[in-house]
Amino acid sequence: MRDLLRFWPDIRPRAWRYAVSILLALFSTGIGFLIPVLTGRAVDGPIADHDYRRLVLIALLVVAVGFAESLAQLIRRMITAGMTADWEVLWRRRLFSHLQRLDITHHDEWDSGQMLSRATNDLTQLRRFTAFGLPFLVITPCLVVLGGVILSFIQPVFVVLLVLMSLPTMAGVAWFNSRYKIAARAAQDTMGEVSTSVEESVQGIRVLLAFGRSPWAAQRFRLIVERLRGHELEKVRLDAWLFGAIMLLPQLALVAFAAVGAWGVVTGWATLGQTVAAITLMMYLRMPIEMFGFLLADALMAATAATRYWELMDLEPRITDPKAAEAAAVTSAAASSSDPATGVLEFDRVVFQHEDAETPLLAGVDLRIAPGETLALVGTTGTGKTAMTALVPRLFDVTEGAVRVDGHDVRDLALADLRSRMGVAFEEPILFSASVKENVAMGTQSVDGGTAIDENGVWEALEIAQAADFVRALPDGLDTEVGEQGLSLSGGQRQRIALARAVAGRPRFLVLDDPLSAVDVDTEDRVQNRLRTVLAETTALIVAHRPSTAALADRVAVMDDGRILAVGGHEELLGTSAVYRTLMGVKV
Amino acid sequence: MSDHSDQERRSPHEPDTLPPDIAQRARRLLFDLARPERTGYLVLVVILLLFGIGNAIGPALIAQAMDRGIPAAIDGDTTALVIPLAAFLLVTLATGVADFFGTRLTGTLAQRLMVSLRRRLFDHVQRLGIAYHERSTSGRLVSRQTSDMENIQVFLTGSLQETAIGLAAMGAIAVTLIVMDWRMAIVVFLGFIPLLWVSIVSNRAQRRNQRRTRTAIAKVIVHIVETLGGIRAVQSFRREDVNDRRIVEEDREFRNATAASLRNTAWFAAGTRLIGNLSMAAVLLVGGWLVIGDALQVGMLTAFLLYVRRFYGPLDELVQAFTMYQSASAALEKITAVIDAVPEVVEPTSPTPLPAVRAGGRRVEFDDVAFSYGDGVPVLPRFDLEIPAGQTVALVGMTGAGKSTLVKLLTRFYDPTAGRVLMDGVDLREVADDDLRRAVVMVTQESYQFGGSIADNIRIGRPGATDQQVRDAADAVGLTPFIRRMPDGFDTDVRKRGGRLSSGQRQLVSFARAFLADPDVLVLDEATAHLDIPSERQVQEALATVLEGRTAVIIAHRLSTVEIADRVLVMDDGRLVEDDTPAALIASGGRFAKLHGAWEESRA
Repeated sequence: MRDLLRFWPDIRPRAWRYAVSILLALFSTGIGFLIPVLTGRAVDGPIADHDYRRLVLIALLVVAVGFAESLAQLIRRMITAGMTADWEVLWRRRLFSHLQRLDITHHDEWDSGQMLSRATNDLTQLRRFTAFGLPFLVITPCLVVLGGVILSFIQPVFVVLLVLMSLPTMAGVAWFNSRYKIAARAAQDTMGEVSTSVEESVQGIRVLLAFGRSPWAAQRFRLIVERLRGHELEKVRLDAWLFGAIMLLPQLALVAFAAVGAWGVVTGWATLGQTVAAITLMMYLRMPIEMFGFLLADALMAATAATRYWELMDLEPRITDPKAAEAAAVTSAAASSSDPATGVLEFDRVVFQHEDAETPLLAGVDLRIAPGETLALVGTTGTGKTAMTALVPRLFDVTEGAVRVDGHDVRDLALADLRSRMGVAFEEPILFSASVKENVAMGTQSVDGGTAIDENGVWEALEIAQAADFVRALPDGLDTEVGEQGLSLSGGQRQRIALARAVAGRPRFLVLDDPLSAVDVDTEDRVQNRLRTVLAETTALIVAHRPSTAALADRVAVMDDGRILAVGGHEELLGTSAVYRTLMGVKV
Repeated sequence: MSDHSDQERRSPHEPDTLPPDIAQRARRLLFDLARPERTGYLVLVVILLLFGIGNAIGPALIAQAMDRGIPAAIDGDTTALVIPLAAFLLVTLATGVADFFGTRLTGTLAQRLMVSLRRRLFDHVQRLGIAYHERSTSGRLVSRQTSDMENIQVFLTGSLQETAIGLAAMGAIAVTLIVMDWRMAIVVFLGFIPLLWVSIVSNRAQRRNQRRTRTAIAKVIVHIVETLGGIRAVQSFRREDVNDRRIVEEDREFRNATAASLRNTAWFAAGTRLIGNLSMAAVLLVGGWLVIGDALQVGMLTAFLLYVRRFYGPLDELVQAFTMYQSASAALEKITAVIDAVPEVVEPTSPTPLPAVRAGGRRVEFDDVAFSYGDGVPVLPRFDLEIPAGQTVALVGMTGAGKSTLVKLLTRFYDPTAGRVLMDGVDLREVADDDLRRAVVMVTQESYQFGGSIADNIRIGRPGATDQQVRDAADAVGLTPFIRRMPDGFDTDVRKRGGRLSSGQRQLVSFARAFLADPDVLVLDEATAHLDIPSERQVQEALATVLEGRTAVIIAHRLSTVEIADRVLVMDDGRLVEDDTPAALIASGGRFAKLHGAWEESRA
């Protein structure tokens, strides 16, 4: 419940509107009670008296009440319609925005399906609850209390019966509450697993097809879906008890009213009119009480959804702007003169260990790359090369030591400032669903998000990456949509656009992780010739597997098991380091 | 990697344009899914009918007790009071029991239907083959399986039962009304005319709104999936603000569609409520008139008024259920569109078995084959190619020469536009999927890891493999030393998308899968791109033994692979331009000789 209350700040600006909608719900239900009163009057009055004029009058009153009731209902729904939809969208935007700024470590810990299901299914559940569940959850007890008050005017004995009926209802509700919460939580969590499983089966479709393992994936999916069914059936089982009991109790109260009322009439302490009135009232109270079961289930699912939502929102981003971000922002690219060591990329006794790992991935790396220098990192797979490249744009933070860019500890620079100083390219070239132009230019916007490079700059970058020719041949040239929702490109093409993105705008630092793995030798050769000119003025860290890439570098650092074994020129290391010779495929 | 590969424009909107008869198709799918549970649904209908009737006769019994029982009790005769009350009690208990079982049965049936619908969608998506997936995005299919399914489930478990109960009660009351007094019944039924009209108008608008909502939320989901999948790039390139703006924009359409739907519900609900109230006034007026004119009894009028109220009572819930129905059917339509998509590569109904494999692997033939993607631009002009059993063929050429396309025909990711691809003389289109996948396995540059342990991921090569076999496969490709360093060895969780494994290690896992699968024909498409040279060498040594007695086609930009090839095919612009042993091609001084020269140079 506390998690639901945390949405209050979002509701507060429109609280009065929301309150009006709840009052209107109360009003429309309450005024509806007048109709039986009026019809009762008609039967006792004009009909008994054969008075046509007053009959018409009362009928007109019923029409008036009818209009008022439906008008109140219309207004209530109209004011909640846009409002609740706005809330869902607001919550999703906030969650999405939060997730985008959450560190990679957290992202790796969570299945994307769990994140997605919180941003969609859970929020839809919450919207439904604010639109229908909550208002009626508020007014139902009001109606029952109101009914009780009216009853007490009719005959206090009936109130006792109403209270007697409420006690088992409340006990049942409490029992239901605890069990249903568990089942709802399990079901919603499993929903996230369904989402993950589907995502995997679609994104890994090539592997599944190549090995003919679709049946295996289907079997995995089946197990999850059947587990989901189990949780849903548990909810159904609880629903059945609740709906059955909650429906039964007011009916039993009716029987009790009739029996006790009859006894009262016979023994003289109640009148027939009182009994009939009490029964009629109870019949009208039945509907909201019956709906209470449904509302309760709805509220519990909403509470679970809220818990799941806040679980994600409460994750503290571990990689954030420094406290004195404003101060550091002054030393941005524009005011480079204030940098203590412009163009220097330095690893100072860097230790890096994944939180749940037993051994560090980087065990004390010291490395200084001078301005304009290109350093190639080589080493067998899994020795921490990619981790080195991830520390520079702060996708992860060092466990010990420091990484310094332009002489600043990367943790002292505002993230936007830090990341605007460098161009990066990953092993897996990720393009966004946007035009080629946008994809290339996106790395170059200034810290405040403005002024990207112009079209010439984009072409220049594409030329360097040897991507200009095929981009020109695309259906809409630079404006061709690529990425998941656009044109599908080959791995080599994607890699070259990603490389163009890294070099666009000539950043002061380049961090490239095996940037040409999917490119043929001939193209690689041409890219490297062009890269040489870029690299002359850029400080670069390049992960290399090929001698040709290593040869681009001014110096090469050989990594093994999280440490740097040797640093030197390509030719020099070929002469001195046996490990390097093996890595470069020189037969020993 | 082929540049031409799948350069079909993927629709940024819907790959499954909804055909005009989608509503019928969706209905057919629904009946199809419900058919095995006929008995269950029949029982449910009976239970709900009983429930409705029980609900309808309740007030009559109470009225009986009031009108006759209490006056009689005052006179000392309690039977007239006790009998209707006892009957009411019994009916109430019976409806309670009916409600209990009705809820359970509805839930059980709904869940059965959901499970079979989910599984059918899942299986079909797997069958749709690569061409469909090149056009679609994972986010969209995720949204079908989550958001759309959720909508259907909400309707089936909640609203469907309410609809049925409401309709049953309304039906029972309608019958009671006719029996009691047909003239008054007609007055009540007159309200049906505007009610029907309102329903039809609202229904039309609602269908449009719900379709809009489903399309809009799918776009939002696609955007979220894409962002979460590429979070490293998102943060590095500071895409956060752009993405924030974009989700606001995409959500605006969802918000507007949802609000439009809610506003429509508002009009609909208010309209039905008004019609109900006006009916009440009409019954009061006409009934009162008749009573005054001595054409109707007062008790009858009272009963009518009570029944009219009850009759229109469930309408609120019905309106709600109606909206849910439209939402669910819009969702079902989207799902139907995927399930109705025709796979481009179809498993034969009466497959030809592949002949028993001989010691030397399998013979592969491309017989007068041509291929173009959907756009009709030929990627591979007509060609013939025979790869004898046991031969290792290296396929080289520039990016975009059509190498990947050629092996996709061999693995039947696509069928040729013309001609046949034969394996040991059998057209691939006649081979059962199981046989084909046992015979041919492909490893690509993209080494996707599924959730689970490293051992689980290797075992994808052969799900029945023993732990020892998994270990041997890892040993063969040189993966074991890395695994030994992991916290839980083979049981280490690979984490989301294998984030905890380096890309080279992931590629080794892919190789281990292929080794474990032990196919007759092995296809490697740039499978060593992410490996460092020592690892690549180890894989190649392992390959040299494994490829003994197997047919293999290897695409590699790194020509080191050629060292183990018996034959080199050079492709250019979709054509095979050179074809000979590596030594002969180097000697002849053609394209391959040039490529090889450049390669040798790059290694120095």
